[in-house]
Amino acid sequence: MSKFRKKKKGMPAVNTASLPDIVFMLLFFFMVTTTMRETELQIENPRLPTATEVKKLEHKSLVSTIYVGKAVDPKFGTGFNRIQLNDKISTSEEVPAFIINARSKVSEAEVPFMTTSIKADKESNVGIITDIRLKLRDVNALKISYSASKGE
Amino acid sequence: MARRENPEINAGSMADIAFLLLIFFLVTTTMNVDSGVSKKLAEKPPIDYVPPIVKEKNIFEVNLNFRNELQVEGERMEIKDLKDAAKAFIDNGGGVGKVEEGVASGPCNYCKGERLDSSSDHPNKAIISVLSDRGTEYGVYLKVQNELLRAYTELRNRLSKERYGITYTELEEAYKENRDDEGLKARVEAIKKAYPQIISDAEPTSAN
Repeated sequence: MSKFRKKKKGMPAVNTASLPDIVFMLLFFFMVTTTMRETELQIENPRLPTATEVKKLEHKSLVSTIYVGKAVDPKFGTGFNRIQLNDKISTSEEVPAFIINARSKVSEAEVPFMTTSIKADKESNVGIITDIRLKLRDVNALKISYSASKGE
Repeated sequence: MARRENPEINAGSMADIAFLLLIFFLVTTTMNVDSGVSKKLAEKPPIDYVPPIVKEKNIFEVNLNFRNELQVEGERMEIKDLKDAAKAFIDNGGGVGKVEEGVASGPCNYCKGERLDSSSDHPNKAIISVLSDRGTEYGVYLKVQNELLRAYTELRNRLSKERYGITYTELEEAYKENRDDEGLKARVEAIKKAYPQIISDAEPTSAN
């Protein structure tokens, strides 16, 4: 009865038909996560203050972000008043150039809708924020948003 | 004749598992939505700009020193009391409003304040001036700004509720969803005009 005498020879090959699925899944996952932050933070992640009157920022492409906080690299000191523009530590003097550069990336009609988001640490000082504000006013970037998380 | 092939592991559901994982990650990864307190800066004044003379009683002075202490109209105050003080000031309505495009807005007929002579004339004349020190903590500064905005929001909500039956926040939401609605737009504008946000940031002092 040869019908019942099946002989197993060798190991069964692992099916790899789903490998593309897994690869695509990973690809999508990384695609989604890497668009979250274009610049690497050179300052410690700012502890945002909380506020109740917060508004969501729409049109991400029209938002340029200025980070203020404590530099990760100790050579910049331990104060909470370091400014990060793009991906390097800067001073308030460089803010106008940063804004003009950001403007060149959008169409002219959209320039008035551009917003500057200031992500500053709770312990930063008003002085540095004022410096930024004055520079923004110089280049007529009048819409700003003090980044804050919602809550009491 | 014996079959040589081995039975295959059923892999049909593998793709399902992969998609399940993908969707799980998609849902759980929080795209950090940037939110914040929005503010419009005043334009840079021309060199020969002469600031208009504003009556003392129409200015609500808020001072913050480098020790993060709050002083309102010459008296110390806790941050939690600021909102009510600001509301009382804005909503006072002690006189007539300013003349806009030749049309006098007259006395404030929607204000519910005490109509004191010593406080603001009209919400469109009431200026809140925030003076802080360079050394003030940003967190405290923003808290003060937030309280002032809350005062405005509450007044706007109250007025909107009276006039249209819904709060200003809801009105704004409705307008955001339906931008072409002229009626909604007119309402939003009317409320905004009734209680315009006039918060000015004075040049900060420097204690050290």
